[in-house]
Amino acid sequence: MLPTLSGRIQTRLFLLATVGLVVTALIVPVLPGAGSAALGDRYRTGLVVLASVAVLGVCWELLYHFLMQFRWEKDWPTLFGLLTLVPEGLLLWGLLELDVVPGITAGPPAATFWIHFAVVWLAVWLVANGPMRVPFVRWRFRGGRLV
Amino acid sequence: MRSSPPSRGDLTPELLQTSQWTDELLHGAGIPVHDIPFVTVGGGIGSFVTLDYLRVYGVPTGSLRVLSNIDTPWETYEYLTRVSQIPRPERIRSDSSSRPDNLWGFPSYALEEAWRDKSLRHLRQVATEPIFDDYWTPRAGTVFQNLEREAKRISYWDMLVKGQVRMVRRRVGGGYFTVLTPPEGLSATRRVAFRSRYVHLAIGYPGLRFLPDLQDFRERYQDYHHVVNAYERHEHVYETLKTRPGVVVVRGGGIVASRVLQRLMDDREKYGLQTQILHIFRTFVTGSHGPGVFMRRRGGDGWAYQGFNYPKSVWGGQLKAQMRKLDGEDRAKLYKNMGGTNTPRRRRWQQQMAKGRRENWYHAFQGVVDKVEPSPDNRLVSHVRSDDGQLRQYASDFIIDCTGLEADITEHRVLADLLQHSGAGRNPLGRLEVERHFEVKGTASGDGALYASGAATLGGYFPGVDTFLGLQIAAQEIADDLARRGFCKKLGPLRSTSQWLKWARNKAI
Ligand SMILES: Cc1cc2nc3c(=O)[nH]c(=O)nc-3n(C[C@H](O)[C@H](O)[C@H](O)COP(=O)(O)OP(=O)(O)OC[C@H]3O[C@@H](n4cnc5c(N)ncnc54)[C@H](O)[C@@H]3O)c2cc1C
Repeated sequence: MLPTLSGRIQTRLFLLATVGLVVTALIVPVLPGAGSAALGDRYRTGLVVLASVAVLGVCWELLYHFLMQFRWEKDWPTLFGLLTLVPEGLLLWGLLELDVVPGITAGPPAATFWIHFAVVWLAVWLVANGPMRVPFVRWRFRGGRLV
Repeated sequence: MRSSPPSRGDLTPELLQTSQWTDELLHGAGIPVHDIPFVTVGGGIGSFVTLDYLRVYGVPTGSLRVLSNIDTPWETYEYLTRVSQIPRPERIRSDSSSRPDNLWGFPSYALEEAWRDKSLRHLRQVATEPIFDDYWTPRAGTVFQNLEREAKRISYWDMLVKGQVRMVRRRVGGGYFTVLTPPEGLSATRRVAFRSRYVHLAIGYPGLRFLPDLQDFRERYQDYHHVVNAYERHEHVYETLKTRPGVVVVRGGGIVASRVLQRLMDDREKYGLQTQILHIFRTFVTGSHGPGVFMRRRGGDGWAYQGFNYPKSVWGGQLKAQMRKLDGEDRAKLYKNMGGTNTPRRRRWQQQMAKGRRENWYHAFQGVVDKVEPSPDNRLVSHVRSDDGQLRQYASDFIIDCTGLEADITEHRVLADLLQHSGAGRNPLGRLEVERHFEVKGTASGDGALYASGAATLGGYFPGVDTFLGLQIAAQEIADDLARRGFCKKLGPLRSTSQWLKWARNKAI
């Protein structure tokens, strides 16, 4: 990926709101560890997780942008886009455990969270590395900006 | 029997001297005029990707012509890559999603090769490049095959008009005249003209320049055999080395030098040869270099290392956005900071060179060559001055010039004419100054526009011009500008997707 700062943020928000939302809608009913929780509550938790990835992500992108400045090419290798899943997932999981994420009373079980988080991440990463260029022909030349 | 070219319908002194032409002027000279709204001059990769964009945007073949002296868009590129040691099975420099046959860049070449070979190897490499592996790059042959498929799909050959373009002049009342000299026997007149509202120039390299000391040697001693340029056929060098041991001087620090070294080293290994290699770098890079901690490029053993000919983000990211805002001095400075000859750091090349240094048959050093002379035993002597002021002499059997200096834009007749008659000017690097949307500054004519892309425009708001992806970026800017002018419809997400589906099914458009 060859992002600019605003391109990074726009792409993240756009893909979470589209791909992330669709994946969440499809996956929540089949996630493990649901116990006796009602489907509505599980969806609520799933959406809060998704929104948190978006909100925290804006800060993460600032950090990534800064780190990218040390790279001569000013690129963000494909692998980085995948591996950043680890620190981002850990931070969000930590915040959920501490019960500081607004909108949910009790954090989801570990399996529920990690499967949901990883599947969304993988789907977004795959779409960003190819299919995204099909409808948006100018996106890759504008550092990932959509507007 | 060859007929002599027709003398009818030729350029008159009046036409040559008049910067802006009227319809009557051409009529008076007896030059037939064809009306076509858009012509592209060149017929290489740059013309091809521009036509591809316009055809995908919905422009019919009847409104488009490509004026060229080659039969297929990849002919010149294939010639240059073949002589510089990239035959069809070898891999080129640019990356997996630089696909001149596919404006979306999806699926990438790597995905296509993975599908065809039923192997995940290619995908693993693109997923881990450039950290754990070399950049994945496609085979030259893959590029040509796909170009042929796309050329058929967009009816490329229906738009091709063969011939040598002589000049483009502005037309009184708007638009342009492009004058073509058709191949002998194909036209009743010596020239034909195309009257169009839009012209696009993609003539490739204005010309190649050889190193002055080598050019001097070749001319003085009429020896074109022992001193060769990597951009011309020089297979005899490798063939001779197979018959007897020899010393070769390689000059240059770019990817072509890497390729030539690879060939020499591959042959050495394959045929058990004794070739000795002397590699002269004018600038010998010993390590990471650059103006600051946020701008340091890797280097070593003489080379500056970089995957592509500019830092990657000039094709879409931060550096592209940054350069787009710069003019004059500031632009020239950023070009200087990120420019310079460089080559990719490929693992195989590193191994070969390390082996050569260990076994004492590959010697790389800094030096500037003062002159080259023949020795009494019919070899070549290079007089080399190093930065520490020492003068040394090196004898060799061959010299391969891999520097690929590019000539001034005025070496190309069409560009020289444009500078002289049509208001075109130069950018901070001395090439043709173009706008952000690749219109040549100062050449507007009524409601018409003249665009240019490729090597002739290096130094503009976008640095990566002389590459497949750069030519596609230019093509997109041009197509969007033409859409603003009402020549075609802009490509939105829905139409783009439906056009992509046609591409995927190889459905003719
Ligand atoms: C050895 C080598 C390796 C390269 N490898 C890569 C790579 O891996 N990836 C990459 O992206 N780029 C690479 N490049 C750059 C590559 O050349 C360009 O990307 C691309 O081929 C340039 O296309 P073009 O249309 O500008 O020029 P060309 O493809 O050269 O086409 C221009 C054509 O215009 C014709 N022409 C010129 N004047 C006239 C006239 N008056 N009338 C009619 N026709 C005319 C010429 O005959 C020529 O065929 C490489 C270049 C070289 C030299």
